[in-house]
Amino acid sequence: MDTMAAIKQTFFQECEEQLAELEEGLLAIEREEGDLETINAVFRAVHSIKGGAGAFGLDDLVRFAHTFETTLDGMRSGKLEITPQIVKLMLRSADILSDLVRISRDGGEMDAGRVAQMTDELARTGGAGPVAPAAAAPQPPAFEPLAAGEAEPQVDEFGFAPVQISFDTLIADDEAAGIRQAVHIRFTPKPELYAKANDALRLLRELGRLGEMEVSCDASAVPLLGELDPEGAYLTWDITLTGDLDEKAVREVFEFVEFDCDLSIDTAVAGPVMDESDAAQTVQAILAQVAAEEAAGQERHAAPQAEAPAPVRAAPPAAQAASAAPQQAANSQAPQPGATIRVDLDRVDRLIDLVGELVINQSMLAQRVMEAGIARLSDVAVGLDDLEHLTREIQDSVMAIRAQPVRPIFQRMSRVVREVADMTGKSVRLVTEGENCEVDKTVIERLADPLTHMIRNAIDHGLEKPEDRLAAGKPEQGVVRMVAAHRSGRVVIEVSDDGAGINRSRVRQIAVDRGIVAEDAQLSDAEIDDLIFAPGFSTAAAISDVSGRGVGMDVVRRSIQALGGRITITSRPGLGTTFTLSLPLTLAVLDGMVVNVAGQTLVVPLSAIVETLQPKAQDVHGLGEKARVIGIRGAFIPLIDVGCVLGYRDEEADPLASVAMMVETENQSQCALLVDGIVGQQQVVIKSLETNYGHVFGVAGATILGDGRVAVILDVDAIVAGSRAEAARMDANRKRSAA
Amino acid sequence: MTHAREHDAAANNELIAFRLGSQEFCLDIMSVRDIRGWTPTTPLPHACEYVKGVINLRGAVLPVVDLAARLGFAPVEPSARHVIIITQVGNQTIGLLVDAVSDILTVSSGSIQATPDVASELARAFMKGVIAMEGRMLSLIALDSVLTQNQAGQGLPN
Repeated sequence: MDTMAAIKQTFFQECEEQLAELEEGLLAIEREEGDLETINAVFRAVHSIKGGAGAFGLDDLVRFAHTFETTLDGMRSGKLEITPQIVKLMLRSADILSDLVRISRDGGEMDAGRVAQMTDELARTGGAGPVAPAAAAPQPPAFEPLAAGEAEPQVDEFGFAPVQISFDTLIADDEAAGIRQAVHIRFTPKPELYAKANDALRLLRELGRLGEMEVSCDASAVPLLGELDPEGAYLTWDITLTGDLDEKAVREVFEFVEFDCDLSIDTAVAGPVMDESDAAQTVQAILAQVAAEEAAGQERHAAPQAEAPAPVRAAPPAAQAASAAPQQAANSQAPQPGATIRVDLDRVDRLIDLVGELVINQSMLAQRVMEAGIARLSDVAVGLDDLEHLTREIQDSVMAIRAQPVRPIFQRMSRVVREVADMTGKSVRLVTEGENCEVDKTVIERLADPLTHMIRNAIDHGLEKPEDRLAAGKPEQGVVRMVAAHRSGRVVIEVSDDGAGINRSRVRQIAVDRGIVAEDAQLSDAEIDDLIFAPGFSTAAAISDVSGRGVGMDVVRRSIQALGGRITITSRPGLGTTFTLSLPLTLAVLDGMVVNVAGQTLVVPLSAIVETLQPKAQDVHGLGEKARVIGIRGAFIPLIDVGCVLGYRDEEADPLASVAMMVETENQSQCALLVDGIVGQQQVVIKSLETNYGHVFGVAGATILGDGRVAVILDVDAIVAGSRAEAARMDANRKRSAA
Repeated sequence: MTHAREHDAAANNELIAFRLGSQEFCLDIMSVRDIRGWTPTTPLPHACEYVKGVINLRGAVLPVVDLAARLGFAPVEPSARHVIIITQVGNQTIGLLVDAVSDILTVSSGSIQATPDVASELARAFMKGVIAMEGRMLSLIALDSVLTQNQAGQGLPN
């Protein structure tokens, strides 16, 4: 049962990938960038889900996937014209399919009506329907007369299409009956192929059964005997198969070795029969090669080679050359099948922890060696330097394991865009860039909600209604852009719309009405734009279905800040609004400012610090009984002594002998934190205090410094809030004693 | 021999004995992860008096509890001679600051007596029982109550 559960889990993981591929493909088609291969990829994705679902008895999923697949098949065979409406329908079907997958995995109820309605719609497209699936599966191989001249051999309606393989068929326009197909195969086994007890000869024999075969062996890579690795593989076979062929069958021959060899399969129309003497020559060459290999100690037998059908047919060299070009093109198009493995995230995290410890240990060791008075140029010190480089490199590589491209989250957003566009009756196009930008997996996971909300806002509030857009001289279709890019060790994601921009007078009015700002406050444009992040601010006059889900932009800002990121807004009237998210690449490491307070070493997250300065006597003013403020560029900002708030000392430090760090808190207010001195800027690995102790006020976590000591990481927001709470309590005490 | 040991283990407890001032205490050896010399700790803001701070144990950050202060004795002024016993309490790993580790004992469950009915609340809260050993008395510490979640979370300024 456990094995079954594990297989099922793998199936769902694969479903996620297939769904992503499906959506990606459909979006490409929507942008009119898709070719037949894209449609095939989309078809295969749905088909694989269907196949897997069938194996697990997920009937609802199978049924819907089948209908979907049938329609896609119509699209593939050209019976169903690809119109924007059809693509939209496909995208919505993909959404339902993904819902069905999710429900199959997590349980829950699917809205049967929605599925039924979509099934109907799909059936009505005319391409094919669930009622007559056979109609969509013409028996003879269908040749699509496409500009690219590429087609895929028809896969049996209920059979399993090979998922990861692209077939490129070169079809002559004069589709004469009885034409023979030739398949050119270039097959280069790798040593692994032999190591896994496979044999090239057996494969060649298998191929020989499929049709008439011509084989030539390229032995140019065979080294001199002295340099020959007895377990190496040096031969390449060029095979031309002629006959009534099914590429699927050809692929199947190589099914078990496809990762252990370089293989290219290319189909072309067969030409005239090859000269027999050529064939004989080739066979002779093969025999010579096989003999050579045997001499090299490979366990292979030459005898069966002779069984290869002779006389051998082949396409003329010209046809081969002609087919080489499209083959190359197809190869460059096909996604690189980079070998991947699935690893439990816990194991990766453990590895990251251990490497973090290694780094600390290494620097401790280096420090000890220096303390021992060993010369910098001694072998020990040089060795330690190398060790340091190595450990840093290991750390970077390990961190890279957790990094994932933002693509999946961007793809999820395209669904949000569709749904919100439907709900608001606006026509929206999502443009994404930089999907390959890599960020820590946890960051990606926690970005989904804020991004969803921002996209909703952009469409609901940002973009104008179609008629307003036309009136403003803009195209009816609004554009929402999502761009990710790496910038100086952080990832920056921009979400922008080409809408009307922020209506500043309205925002201001609302802020005044809600008591967020004073009536007579002097606010710059940027400050007004920033108001939408203020807690309790919501621009929708009536709470709409879309944005008004009780979540304001303040929540978005808070969740971004919780990730150690920042969010800013820029808006240009009539041109649109841009939100910019700047996020750390990983949550395990933090850029920190190492400071001294009351003899303790603390780390302040760099993301919170706006600037640091040395207070001057004329800038520090007392305000009330105990509070002090510092004047910076005309504004007065409260001074908070970190040592006092944390209880490290009772008497406030002399501001003139300290350093003030301007910090920005979640509610946009600025404060100046007083610390005794700045040690430096450093990347630190975040360690939890909660694991072995518990939450501590004013502390976000801990880290281990180079000397092996623990340093506390400040929670800036809590410290600012704490100092306010203290002030309020003192006020209350005073009132009480006065009363 | 092996058989005899197994048999003993069923009925007996292996305890690690340590000193705090003039009194002797002991702990179940199975909860002890490590014993190390005193290293300076990093104090935590607003921590209880008995929480000496946190230390780095092979990459993990764990708190060190001054057991003497926790039991109501005078707080220890730690020196290089003091010892930190790293113990596992539930899911947490904590360090206990003690004067010295004195012995490893094997006692049968039967020889653990109930804590004598003394007035001190603290004594009753932290002792599982007492053991008489060669004319000495060792108190068996109940680790669970040394650093409860409640006390650990006590950090807000008040």
